[in-house]
Amino acid sequence: MTALTPTPPPPTASQDLDRVPFGRAATATLVITKRNLLRNVRLPQLLVFATIQPVMFLLLFNFVFGGAIGGSLPQGLDYIQWLMPGLLIQIAAFGSGQTALGLVEDLDKGVIDRFRSLPMARSAVLTGRTLADLIRNAFVLTLMLSVGFLIGFRWETGSLRFLAGMGLALGFAYALSWVMATIGFVVRTPEAVQSAVFLPVFPLVFASSVFLPTETMPDWLRAFADNQPITIIANAIRGLMLGGDTLPAGQTVSGQALISLAWISAITLIFSLLAVRQYRRISS
Amino acid sequence: MPTPPHPQDPIVEVHDLVHTFGRDIRALDGVSLAFDAGMVYALLGPNGAGKTTLIRVLATLLRPDSGSAQVAGVDVLAHPTRARTRIGLAGQFAAVDDYLTGRENVRMIGRLYGLSGAEAKRRADDILEGIGLTDAASRAVKTYSGGMRRRLDLAASLVGRPQVLFLDEPTTGIDPRNRADLWTLIRQLVDDGTTVLLTTQYLEEADRLAERIGVIDHGRIISEGTSDELKDTLGGAMLELSVEPEHREAAQGLLRDALGDEPVLDPETERFRVTAPDGTRSLLVAIRALDAAGIEPDDVRLIKPTLDDVFLQLTDTDVQPEVAS
Ligand SMILES: Nc1ncnc2c1ncn2[C@@H]1O[C@H](COP(=O)(O)OP(=O)(O)OP(=O)(O)O)[C@@H](O)[C@H]1O
Ligand SMILES: [Mg+2]
Repeated sequence: MTALTPTPPPPTASQDLDRVPFGRAATATLVITKRNLLRNVRLPQLLVFATIQPVMFLLLFNFVFGGAIGGSLPQGLDYIQWLMPGLLIQIAAFGSGQTALGLVEDLDKGVIDRFRSLPMARSAVLTGRTLADLIRNAFVLTLMLSVGFLIGFRWETGSLRFLAGMGLALGFAYALSWVMATIGFVVRTPEAVQSAVFLPVFPLVFASSVFLPTETMPDWLRAFADNQPITIIANAIRGLMLGGDTLPAGQTVSGQALISLAWISAITLIFSLLAVRQYRRISS
Repeated sequence: MPTPPHPQDPIVEVHDLVHTFGRDIRALDGVSLAFDAGMVYALLGPNGAGKTTLIRVLATLLRPDSGSAQVAGVDVLAHPTRARTRIGLAGQFAAVDDYLTGRENVRMIGRLYGLSGAEAKRRADDILEGIGLTDAASRAVKTYSGGMRRRLDLAASLVGRPQVLFLDEPTTGIDPRNRADLWTLIRQLVDDGTTVLLTTQYLEEADRLAERIGVIDHGRIISEGTSDELKDTLGGAMLELSVEPEHREAAQGLLRDALGDEPVLDPETERFRVTAPDGTRSLLVAIRALDAAGIEPDDVRLIKPTLDDVFLQLTDTDVQPEVAS
């Protein structure tokens, strides 16, 4: 059993630091990102269901509502043109719940305890999780777009603008991951987290311009819908992918994009701080 | 060489740890203990005694309300990151990833320790071989048995060559054969120079594996020592026998003279009970004395207190083990 001989090497200078050096923190983030992504690859059913649901949304909304709505949209847009940019945000929002589920599951199984007992940057548990979810979201959104393309979606601007639109959707998904991480650490039980994550997401997604223009909503609801981040970002993506004509009067594409970036940065900043604080609390 | 600054100091030293969950669950209620390098120390206690809480404090996962803890020469509360370079932890439930292979699990921990990819792979292969999982190393962990998962969890805790290894109920839910294998493995680790602090609810495990045992209940260490010392607190072995009713009086005197203790006749079983300070020797002395007087005892039994008796007596004041009567 010489293999296990634990004669430890004399502690090196780096081992006796009270902080983990940045380079090692970055490596740890990548190692944990890879671990989280492997789960999606090894348990393909996870990814299949994570993908079927958005595609189902896309097909149902397009074919069920498309006929009734078609023609009443600004610039006489086809419904698929209106729907696709909005759905990118809807899918990002629904998918972000996975961040909370993954973290709570790791907490429940003791994996986070194991990580926390290692001389590694503790933050890597969070950065590795949110980064993996960002990559997973990029995959799901790309797949959605491909299906959208098959049923008639075409972007009408340059590819740079199109990519900027995708970037906004992914940025929003990333910001929401931090919100969900915070919720996960507050709720902490796998069963409860399932429903907790949808609580903030549902009203925001439906009271927005994701599915329809907000003009027909009652005034009080429209006041909310027009000013909440999902509408703002959905409009920005629509503007980037389809052109400024699709935006409500008085809005410009670059204006909406800037406000979107501000929202995304603010949510990410605030909730990453909150998530880290909640995460620290576990140790007391 | 292990690195505690003064090798003669205890490798684990805990003073007056107190930790309260919520308002009134005092999971640790002033725990103090210390032991030296190179041994197995067993924390023995019933459900909810505070074993896991203590391990979590020592493994830097939980900050206690008050008290101090040194592990391998490092103040755990002041320098948790430094302490983590010297410890290994296998928690109460195997924290391994089902969808990764055994090798991938151990390699990942190596990478998180800061080993390069190649080093981590080499270290993983070495450990898996030492722990007897080479054949299963390329299989997804979801195909492992409970015993294999436990061993893999242990493997993961060895990656950093810990000086002190914390094992929280390492054999709970494991069948007897796998348990024996794990015991062998743990003893080998100790022979190689690791110090092990483990918790258990199995008295046999503490008895067989540990040089020292701390009995913990309601967040306090209520008794401490070697297995024999703990048994001695119950006063050694008892001799039980019965004789024909007409010989009772004579037998009582003979036993008293031979063993130096007043035999007690249990009215229900009609048997004598007397302490046997020298165990089997006392038994022989007693039998010879009776035999010389022509009394033939029947149904002779030497009853040694087990750790169970100690445990029951210490942890539950309502249940009095009969040897203590
Ligand atoms: N996170 C927690 N929140 C509230 N109470 C807790 C928490 N963890 C432990 N406790 C309580 O603290 C006490 C000690 O628990 P601990 O888990 O340390 O016991 P244990 O000896 O490990 O028990 P077991 O043998 O069942 O694992 C128990 O009363 C338990 O209910
Ligand atoms: Mg426990």
